[in-house]
Amino acid sequence: MKKRSFAQRIAGAPYILWAALFIVIPMAIVVYYAFTDADGNFSFANIRQLADYKETFLISFEYSFIATIITLVISYPFAYLMSKKSAASQRIMMMLVMLPMWMNLLIRTYSWMNILERNGIINNLLGLFGAEPLKMIGTPGAVIFGMIYNYIPYMIIPIYNVMSKIDKSLLESAEDLGSNGLSKLRRVILPLSMPGVISGFTMVFVPSVSTFYISQKLGGGKVMLIGDAIERQMQTSYNYNLGASLSLVLMIVILISMIVVNRFAGDDDLLI
Amino acid sequence: MKKALGNVFIWIIYLILYAPLLVMVFFSFNEGRSTSVFSGFSLKWYAELFASRDTMTALQNTLVLAISSAVIATVLGTAAAMYMYYLRNKAWKATMKTVTNIPMMNPEIVTGVSMMLLFVFIGRMLGADNSLSFGTLLIAHVTFNLPYVILNVLPKLNQTDPHLAEAAQDLGSTPMQAFVKVVMPAVIPGVISGFLMSFTMSLDDFVISYYTTGSDFQTLPLKIFAMTKKTVKPDMYALSSLIFITVLILLLIINISQIRQEKKNASK
Amino acid sequence: MKKFVSVFLILVISLSALSLTGCGGGRVSEITDPTGTYTRDLEGTTINVFNWGEYISDGSEGSLDVNAAFEALTGIKVNYMNFESNEAMYSKLKSGAVSYDIVIPSDYMIARLLEEDMLQPLDFSKIDNFHYIADEYKNLYFDPDNAYSVPYNVGMVGLIYNTTMVEEAPTSWNAMWDSRYADDILTFNNPRDTFAIAQFLLGIDINSTDTADWDKAAEKLKEQNPLLQARVMDEVFNKMEGGNAALAPYYAGDYLTMADNNPDLAFVYPEEGTNIFVDAACVPANAQNYDAAMMYINFLLEPEVALANAEYICYASPNTAVVENPDYALYQNEILYPAEEDKPKTEYFHNMEESIRTYYEKLWEEILLADE
Repeated sequence: MKKRSFAQRIAGAPYILWAALFIVIPMAIVVYYAFTDADGNFSFANIRQLADYKETFLISFEYSFIATIITLVISYPFAYLMSKKSAASQRIMMMLVMLPMWMNLLIRTYSWMNILERNGIINNLLGLFGAEPLKMIGTPGAVIFGMIYNYIPYMIIPIYNVMSKIDKSLLESAEDLGSNGLSKLRRVILPLSMPGVISGFTMVFVPSVSTFYISQKLGGGKVMLIGDAIERQMQTSYNYNLGASLSLVLMIVILISMIVVNRFAGDDDLLI
Repeated sequence: MKKALGNVFIWIIYLILYAPLLVMVFFSFNEGRSTSVFSGFSLKWYAELFASRDTMTALQNTLVLAISSAVIATVLGTAAAMYMYYLRNKAWKATMKTVTNIPMMNPEIVTGVSMMLLFVFIGRMLGADNSLSFGTLLIAHVTFNLPYVILNVLPKLNQTDPHLAEAAQDLGSTPMQAFVKVVMPAVIPGVISGFLMSFTMSLDDFVISYYTTGSDFQTLPLKIFAMTKKTVKPDMYALSSLIFITVLILLLIINISQIRQEKKNASK
Repeated sequence: MKKFVSVFLILVISLSALSLTGCGGGRVSEITDPTGTYTRDLEGTTINVFNWGEYISDGSEGSLDVNAAFEALTGIKVNYMNFESNEAMYSKLKSGAVSYDIVIPSDYMIARLLEEDMLQPLDFSKIDNFHYIADEYKNLYFDPDNAYSVPYNVGMVGLIYNTTMVEEAPTSWNAMWDSRYADDILTFNNPRDTFAIAQFLLGIDINSTDTADWDKAAEKLKEQNPLLQARVMDEVFNKMEGGNAALAPYYAGDYLTMADNNPDLAFVYPEEGTNIFVDAACVPANAQNYDAAMMYINFLLEPEVALANAEYICYASPNTAVVENPDYALYQNEILYPAEEDKPKTEYFHNMEESIRTYYEKLWEEILLADE
């Protein structure tokens, strides 16, 4: 039985207060707007309008799911290899993963456009070999790429964090028991790194569903994601009601999908 | 062979991560005003940069905000993660975790607007006309940073052996000592990456910042985003390149000295 | 942990040192006050100015630093903040939790702010320089008695094209529906500007209150979907400068910037007519430093200041002291200031009533969905 000291008990108090004030109340404001009309009367009108956004929702979830899976597939071996390096290298590698994200989002996006444009760097290189230029900007692939690029550090780091902790002796004993590389991975490393994978999955999937900037620019404004729709309602149309209800539904769908993921991963701590 | 393959993979990922930054550095040396056509080498945008009071103020504001919000979020979030880890009431624990994820689930603009409405409401209750200020901006940043801290610290806690702290207590430590000596060191990497992510998120946020800042505090991302009516000039590229190169060089120096240190220690 | 903290501290300290090295030296930040209109009565006070980004001469590339010059002359501190769209400015102002002394929105947004009583009248007895404003930009539709606003910049939308990529110079908005240029056409990424192009082409009023008119325009826009390479705003600069697209509608002043970087670009005002806008300085109802705001607006109209702004921003100036100055870098520029016989037909955007706005925004989303 874990004993909780007094200190541990009150450790949560500031956060609970903070969350109540600055997370729960703003959320209540969102719920209020979702169920009222412009004059503040109770209304289901916004919710009824949601049917028009079915496709947009589907596309956003589809793209972010694909992006998250690809991110995971890249990040997992990366984090694993990282955790094998010397302590000093690990530190620097972690900083180097984060550093690109310190640069301004807009500038990074413009630079990607310079690389991926029709007359961009990649196509110029291809041209040297006499290859036909590729169309990249304005395709769904570019949108997904934008999501992966923007959120990959948030997958690599939590996975690396748990991997670096996996006991070397455990791996060795697995080897002694005759595990080869693959089964070692499946039986020992994978289960032990699951908490990091879940954290990473959350931190990539959740924000990419509602992303709007990088994907919009790389998508050439031809792919409408739910984040774009909400942004437009909140800002251009100044329709907080519809914006709020879209975002409420978005949140519910994300929650449900996170519960599914967590169950799948054997952690049932997340439920409503 | 396997190792070489792994290294190639690592280098490819870094190449992709850094590709746009190389383009950025390249265009920061552009003589013209364009960020897509290179008309000649020049350092003039770097000179412009240092002469601009506005830009330098914005850079200072950005750093002050990012550091203070990351520090507050790290302290609050780490404590919260500890609290959640020790929670026994499952329903309450699940509620806490779900609430934690909310700032991440909402599109930024919804978080920004709903927080602005809250601040305006509180401001009116307190009779303040201009309720938006640096303080509200800081609160907003801490709030969206919190989930990143908690999501980094919790997995580390889940990895620690709960018996370890108990054993320490059995050996006569107070719970506080057991915590500081046993649990804390184990979660430090999570705390560090939580801090790093918070700092990063805060450094580059413009949507939430736009709605929650007052009429006298402009950060760099806000300034750059507002330029999009016209176009972002290469002086912003120069500024970002300078930050990038400074950080990179420092990292390399630190890394080299640490590797030396490690070798020294190993040979002792 | 210690190692990390020390590494991080080194990083941050060096970045802060970077930010402290700026001193603002070597900039032109003083102008003379020949008429003696600027007193130092308000010295020590502050004004908050809310303007578009990159929309004031800021001292870079040897230009005049307008805000610094104002501070030097009057002792009033200028807090200068930027927004990226009229709508973004509106939501901030509407919250009531910030107070700006001066905002510089566009025509239709001024109409909206006036409708919602969010502006206060200006004291023109304190704005002596108002006489510099050309008559054609006085008493505009959004401010018929010219009591609330002083024009700052004027602009028109036109069609930018890459001469190496089009077969003949376009003269009509029709070119944006030309299948020869499929995948080479860009358009705006916002409903109002995009609809306006279809409306001009179809000869429909861009401020129509008849939903059937908007339907027709929407049909026309759907036809364009397969030909479009992208919907863009600020990316248009990089796309056109880099020769990545053949046709794009954008603002005349911005074309001049792009043409500097790509000599293949050319510009035309399509014959069907086009959208004109005026950005004007206004004082919000909850402004705190009204007298300083009057002084600032007057200052913006000073010939020297207005000239610096016009040359920096590259948009057309409503200020006759600039337009008639032969030393003005864009003096008689035929794109910004077309001769009487070359002037395109122009329309201002009006503030649309809520129901129409919702209607066309809905249509816009349908157009986007049809594009996937």
